[in-house]
Amino acid sequence: MNPAVPVPTPETLPFWEGTAMGELRLPWCVPCGAPFFYPRRTCPDCGSAEIEWRAASGRATLQSYIINHRPIPAGDPLIIAIVKLEEGPRMMTNIVNVEPVPEDLTLDMALEVAFVDRDGQSLAVFGPVGSW
Amino acid sequence: MVGAHAAIVGASETASLGALPQMSVLELHAEAARAAAADAGISMSEIDGIATARPLPLDVAHYLGINARWIDGTAVGGTSFLLHVRHAAAAIAAGAANVVLISHGESGRSRVGALGAPDDSATPVGQFDKPYGAVTPYSTFTIPAMRFLHERGLGVDALASVVVEQRKWAIGNPRAARTKPVSIEDVLAAAPIAYPFTKDMCCVVTDGGGALIMTSAERAADLSPKSPPVYLLGAGEANGSPLVSQMPDLGSFEGFRRSSAEALAQAGIGTGDIDHFMGYDAFAHLPLYMLEDIGFVGRGESAAFVADGQTGRDGALPMNTNGGGLSYTHTGMYGMFAIQESVRQLRGTAFNQLPDIELSLVQGVGGFFWTSGTLVLSNRQP
Repeated sequence: MNPAVPVPTPETLPFWEGTAMGELRLPWCVPCGAPFFYPRRTCPDCGSAEIEWRAASGRATLQSYIINHRPIPAGDPLIIAIVKLEEGPRMMTNIVNVEPVPEDLTLDMALEVAFVDRDGQSLAVFGPVGSW
Repeated sequence: MVGAHAAIVGASETASLGALPQMSVLELHAEAARAAAADAGISMSEIDGIATARPLPLDVAHYLGINARWIDGTAVGGTSFLLHVRHAAAAIAAGAANVVLISHGESGRSRVGALGAPDDSATPVGQFDKPYGAVTPYSTFTIPAMRFLHERGLGVDALASVVVEQRKWAIGNPRAARTKPVSIEDVLAAAPIAYPFTKDMCCVVTDGGGALIMTSAERAADLSPKSPPVYLLGAGEANGSPLVSQMPDLGSFEGFRRSSAEALAQAGIGTGDIDHFMGYDAFAHLPLYMLEDIGFVGRGESAAFVADGQTGRDGALPMNTNGGGLSYTHTGMYGMFAIQESVRQLRGTAFNQLPDIELSLVQGVGGFFWTSGTLVLSNRQP
């Protein structure tokens, strides 16, 4: 088994079912009126179990990144980044469709989501707006 | 009060640090433990409490023939030992233990008797950070640094300055791993690991161990140690997020703020009273976060503070006087070695000994901004 392939748990399954359909779903806390990440059964802010799954816009901004030059997980330089979704939460991802050089990676730049297959599991990755 | 009751009466690292393929993880623990007990002037049979992070305390206790009545296996990354000191002080104050051994051993470089990584693909980290390559320390711990620099209008040379200043403390130290002077240009030209981090901005990878013996301040006065006791005046600990992507603020670690505030308040002192600072520097950005989050400097002032030499020999706050994880040693869990250097400075036995110091603050970090631990140590009995 490739350890880089995520294994869903009952609490996170709706998220992974979403990525498989090309949709970035977030758990929303109904009382708070806001989404959170990563998926949990209860809201980490207020503790409510009243959760709804909604599709996010897929728009995000670049918060921080590294360009990995070591052979983990791939041989080529890989951009590992934290992005902030338009809806508020942040998530880890890879930035694609851009050269892995700092000149092309401006913090707060606008990004949009796409999905890539990883051994049968669909991962959300991000590229500059219009790059897909 | 956790502090004021307990003292470190024995402290030692393994006889050698670096590449030690002839020793297992357990023997690294044991060698350091025997040396720390000898330093304290006590027999191993007097130890009735044990704390280790990895492997389990039962493994180390059995290996050494210790019969414990107090056991702590807190494992929250490389700052675990700072938490052990705090927990041991509480146990001693409560009468749950009289003499506690806190030990560390790790075959980080040679991997002899080392523990394997768990299969964690179904954990939150395994599902939401790791699939993207945020797996190793250099590809995970490093990620928030660009945000820190961006928010303060700093360039990558701010990270290089930390390396240059840390290296100055390691020059000539036969126990340090990296001892050659470096310039900012050298550091920036070193092999790229994970931009903006070059090899010199990442810690060394070594084998080694260290151990502490703690007892009550009262009992410390009755021992015949080789070296004077070091008293715990204050301590704090705090959890952060196991996912680096979920840090509330990428340019600051609230765990550092919380644990250091508690430790300083407990000691009844402010940052201006601290004579010496050990800040866990697995990577070059960490001391910058710590200096600001603890409050030694204001937000945005840490990089200039370091570049101006204020953490050097003649500076306002000598920092990481052993060379730190960047230059001295880093087995994988550096916290024990940060404590060891504070103890040496307070006893007057450090390689780069500072004159007239009474108060040292040790700031640890566990995992990748997972956990924070802070100790305020002194050679003056409270």
